[in-house]
Amino acid sequence: MSTVIKIENLSKYYRLGLIGGGTLNEDINRWIAKIRGKPDPLLKVGEKDYDNRKDDQIWALKDVNLHVQQGEILGIIGRNGAGKSTLLKILSRITAPTDGRIKIKGRVGSLLEVGTGFHPELTGRENIYLNGAILGMSRNEIAHKLDEIVEFSEMSKFIDTPVKRYSSGMTVRLAFAVAAHLEPEILIVDEVLAVGDAAFQKKCLGKMGDIAKEGRTVLFVSHNMPAIEKLCSRVIILNSGKVFADTIASDALSIYYSSIMSPPKCTLSKRTDRTGTADVKIISFQIKNKAGEALESIRTGQDVIFQFKFESKVKTIKSLDFGFTVRHKFDSILFRNRTVESGLDLISPFPKDGCLDCYIPNFPLTEGTYSFGFRLLVDGVESDYITGAYAAQFDVVEGDFYKTGKITSFAPVLVNHEWKIRPS
Amino acid sequence: MNESKQDNWDIEIYPKSSLFDIDLTEIWKYRDLIYLFVHRDFVAEYKQTILGPAWHFIQPLFTTIIFTIIFGKIAQIPTDGLPPFLFYMSGIVIWTYFSNVLTATSNTFIGNAAIFGKVYFPRMVMPLANIFSKLIAFVIQFFFFLCFLGYFTWQGSKIQPNIWVLATPLMLFMMAALSLGLGIIISAMTTRYRDLRILVGFGVQLLMYVSPIIYPLSTLPEDWRFWASINPIAPIVELFRYAYLGAGSIDLTMLGCSFLNISVILIIGIVMFNKVERTFMDTV
Repeated sequence: MSTVIKIENLSKYYRLGLIGGGTLNEDINRWIAKIRGKPDPLLKVGEKDYDNRKDDQIWALKDVNLHVQQGEILGIIGRNGAGKSTLLKILSRITAPTDGRIKIKGRVGSLLEVGTGFHPELTGRENIYLNGAILGMSRNEIAHKLDEIVEFSEMSKFIDTPVKRYSSGMTVRLAFAVAAHLEPEILIVDEVLAVGDAAFQKKCLGKMGDIAKEGRTVLFVSHNMPAIEKLCSRVIILNSGKVFADTIASDALSIYYSSIMSPPKCTLSKRTDRTGTADVKIISFQIKNKAGEALESIRTGQDVIFQFKFESKVKTIKSLDFGFTVRHKFDSILFRNRTVESGLDLISPFPKDGCLDCYIPNFPLTEGTYSFGFRLLVDGVESDYITGAYAAQFDVVEGDFYKTGKITSFAPVLVNHEWKIRPS
Repeated sequence: MNESKQDNWDIEIYPKSSLFDIDLTEIWKYRDLIYLFVHRDFVAEYKQTILGPAWHFIQPLFTTIIFTIIFGKIAQIPTDGLPPFLFYMSGIVIWTYFSNVLTATSNTFIGNAAIFGKVYFPRMVMPLANIFSKLIAFVIQFFFFLCFLGYFTWQGSKIQPNIWVLATPLMLFMMAALSLGLGIIISAMTTRYRDLRILVGFGVQLLMYVSPIIYPLSTLPEDWRFWASINPIAPIVELFRYAYLGAGSIDLTMLGCSFLNISVILIIGIVMFNKVERTFMDTV
């Protein structure tokens, strides 16, 4: 496999604010004042004068090194502002780097925004020619592929209407169809698919997979994590302009999620991002096994107790509604255990310090990291709720759930069941 | 992976490019794109209009009529003994080409920031497309000019088109080069200083008055004539009129100077364009 993209020490900085974004008059005034050693005459009162504005820079990318092999589908993920779009813009030659160099082998086709190169007054057909030519195809090539493109975009009815009448979904269908049939050796796609509907997104991802199988390379930036996991063999995480991680998809996604989803390091009692009357407040959380010993992590199939220690300001309560919700890495809710649903016998008088234990036999989740949030209502009034619903996280390691000696981690949840065969 | 084998990269991206760097092969590769932009400029302008391309003819016609009335009849500026109508029309035809290309080119970066920000193609493609799309307009106007020329000759005017007509391609080329050069200088500067854009429309008007469009060089006092000819447009316009109408002055030395001036302006323009092209998306 040969290297098709070689990025060495790539850095890009942007200057913030309106540098020279003013008029010629303003800039000349500033310059004359600078020569005379006087302060900038155009600063507002109280603003500091950053000579040359050295502090108002941001390194959108800093020392990025990356090699991409032919036929790879590389996913690029990261928080907003991590530098993903900047990286793609530089690769697409829309802007130049501040430092470093990039070497590319092959034609590059990019889909950085919906409707690249579309002229609103021209029809879809005319825009296909225009768009294709911009992306480097010759008119013969485009003519050859015209039917395929129209068919893929499902726009044959609208192909002779001016593009200004298209919705954004229609525009992106057409734009992607052109870019995909361009047959570039390297295809770069930046978050444009979010605009299309689910059916179209599936089609595009399928097409991107086909492209890679043909030996071409795809760079895919998205926030659609399931798509990234499904499509990409390799994923890099960008964080504040640097490559934070570069590994296989599933690992990268775990790292990404744990970095954004990890609850703060302080103990529950010190957490202040919570709402409620605090009549009863949860001050700590522990996982214990049946014997009462604290556990570092849960083994699938183990009998565990989720223990919540609390402090109470009230002596008598009529009802206690406590629930905790366990979520999977992609944020989907797996299950919720709630006292009013499964039953809780209150004790009287209500203790000032106590433990609320939830006993879960044969823990049904498979290997992974899970987070949970909780909510507590006392007599129907919210007493404790951590905003954002991420109170803590816990790890599960593989274990024997079915008591058959077979271990599986295919799906997150395991369900008790029995198999039987009989003649009908 | 044995990377030492791979020294044949297709694209290499560096922070800085050399000062004078036009990749003509790349522009040639994108020639289909130039064709499509010309098509886009020409066609898109007239969609949803009634008169369509007829505007290319109507506008200079009306300007010529107005000039004939105001400068010819009312102000009575001499026109080298030529029929005023033809005198003004010839000036307008060649001037319109120049000013159209100049105005369109000066707006290259700002007007096309949307498309430049989304996809890569050699930025020089846009100004080049302008030259050709405005050329089509010129040809239409020129054709009508020739019609009027024919009409006036038939009416018995003593106009004498001569061998200098063959220099028309050269004159067009010089006008194109000048408007291109000035246009890209202005567009490079407007990426940072938007007020220059306003100056352009106003400046082009002034430039027209400074050039011998409304008046022939011969009406100027002797000592002014030299300074007026420093304007690279002046010798070209005068030559154009001489070629088709038979009167006016040809000064080959001034023409040569004009050629030199235009080359210098073009080179400066290309240098500035290159400098701005790679990073203007960050400041425009």
